[in-house]
Amino acid sequence: MFGLDKKDTTLLLVVAALTMLAPFLLNPFPTESGMAQFNAGYPDLMQKFVIFGIFAIGFNILFGLTGYLSFGHAAFLGVGSYAAVWIFKLFTYNVFPAILLSVIVAALFSLLIGFVSLRRSGIYFSILTLAFPQMSFALAYSVLSNPKFNLTNGETGLQVYADDPQRFHREGLPDLPHLFGLSMRSTHTMEIGAWSFDFNVGYYLCAIVMLVTFYLSVRIFRSPFGMMLRAVKSNQQRMNYTGLNTRPYTLAAFVISGMYAGLAGGLLAAMDPLAGAERMQWTASGEVVLMTILGGAGTLIGPILGAGFIKYFENIFSKINDNVLHQWFSFMPDGIEDFMVFIVHPFVGKGWHLTLGILFMLVVIFLPGGLVDGGQRIGRWLRSRGQKEDKTTGTTEPAE
Amino acid sequence: MGILEVKDVSKRFGGLKALTDVNLSVAENTVHAIIGPNGAGKSTLLNCFVGKLIPDTGSVMFDGESVLGRAPYEINQMGISRVFQTPEIFGDLTVLENMMIPCFAKRDGSFELNALPNMMGQKDIVERAEEVLEDMNMADKRHDHSASMSRGDKRRLEIGMCLSQEPRLLLLDEPTAGMARADTNNTIDLLKEIRDRRNITIAIIEHDMHVVFSLAERITVLAQGTPLVEDTPDNIKGHPKVREAYLGESA
Repeated sequence: MFGLDKKDTTLLLVVAALTMLAPFLLNPFPTESGMAQFNAGYPDLMQKFVIFGIFAIGFNILFGLTGYLSFGHAAFLGVGSYAAVWIFKLFTYNVFPAILLSVIVAALFSLLIGFVSLRRSGIYFSILTLAFPQMSFALAYSVLSNPKFNLTNGETGLQVYADDPQRFHREGLPDLPHLFGLSMRSTHTMEIGAWSFDFNVGYYLCAIVMLVTFYLSVRIFRSPFGMMLRAVKSNQQRMNYTGLNTRPYTLAAFVISGMYAGLAGGLLAAMDPLAGAERMQWTASGEVVLMTILGGAGTLIGPILGAGFIKYFENIFSKINDNVLHQWFSFMPDGIEDFMVFIVHPFVGKGWHLTLGILFMLVVIFLPGGLVDGGQRIGRWLRSRGQKEDKTTGTTEPAE
Repeated sequence: MGILEVKDVSKRFGGLKALTDVNLSVAENTVHAIIGPNGAGKSTLLNCFVGKLIPDTGSVMFDGESVLGRAPYEINQMGISRVFQTPEIFGDLTVLENMMIPCFAKRDGSFELNALPNMMGQKDIVERAEEVLEDMNMADKRHDHSASMSRGDKRRLEIGMCLSQEPRLLLLDEPTAGMARADTNNTIDLLKEIRDRRNITIAIIEHDMHVVFSLAERITVLAQGTPLVEDTPDNIKGHPKVREAYLGESA
């Protein structure tokens, strides 16, 4: 179906089901229960899951296929956001043109950076891609924000003000980002017993966009172009002596992944109409590298898992404070309770980076293929156990 | 007029004269071997043919066109394929995928952004790749991971990849270096078969005299960056200058 083989179609349908049912799946605990803080099914976080999923899917096209490790993709996300907010400021709150422009601007910007950076490979490429976004960050943070020429609004971040022109804004349209009148913020809450589920327009827009981009990435992975990119990773020398010019292949992969990043940036701005320079910082680029490696670089679904995993940690683990810990360990005697809280404290709340860091190390050391690799290993283990049981029953039967 | 004409080629690396006034003509549809002791400049010369090195002076013409200043991929597209000393294949890919890549390069040129059509639609490429694999007696290995094959098989695959492009000139850089005897003999047989069955010119650099004398129709002996003699294998065998270059003056 859709020009995919059976396995990929199944994968696509699974991803589609997961994203469409996410409001249910991410809210497994009743609203009033003590576990409710582990619910991730609120619009803000769900949007982040899929938007950073898009970002990581795109990054994986470059890193997973060609092996070129870029530390600068946050810059494309950043320019995407700025482009979208400028559309909001100057023309309209409609997200369609805003997202379109973010992709175009990110494509041009990544063409420029890719053209220069791809003159080198390996570590030198990574260093170059690290340098450009830091320059972009510095530009956005201070240089391009002065009274005469204010493109980025500096550290305050670019946002929409009441006196902005918004030429095509009309009465009756929401005063917030919308898609042809359908506000991104509008949410339908469904109450079932003790549970409550949020269905948010913004989330579903992002989810549909992610499904489309995921589908495109599967097509790219399975195309001759995708095979050429894997060949680039495998042996550039052989590529060159086989009559293939590696530069345009890597540049195309770079621009495609830059466009994915720009799309993610545009969607971020569409969900919340502001853009700040910190989105371009190298730590933000590092985050997408972590997502991709944690989930499984070079796999189709890995980056989405990695993105979800990291965003969950960032938003849920960081909210666990000492009060919550005391509640958890309240069944223990006083001294031990305090001791347990003391032990766990550094790993939660503000210390969530510590837990994530340890997890990342464990994954890289023991599961080089990321979470997807882990899933496959468990699957194989279960299957081989199942087969063994079959065999034992198979051999005992004739004896009887 | 040969298919490959080398005129007055010199190349220096700092103070080292790697090649001095090399003149060489490889006739069409022959197997031409370039032999010489270590450091004679054989590999440097070969690298000048494929765009890896640019000679300081002189010219290298392939079929009447200069190859100098062109990138390796452009020279390959002109019709020169190269086999490396250590087999260069796509180790992360399967044998069939390895074979498909040169087929794409032959059909689509040096770059083609075919990111949406899927592999199932590339029947002509798959068929061509399968055909060459069949030719190389590797059809049963088509789904193997290419990095895990023996060196002889890797060499066979690499030669197959070059042949799938139907090159006019095949360059072989010590094709049997570091191989077990059985693999060496297999490779010789394969090369003989290629020589006899196709219209192809082969230029071969080799250390192993057994390989050279069982394949070559014409031999150039290179010593200290200059060609000593060029002749048929029979005449080369007893040539005093060749003995001198290989064994030293006292011999």
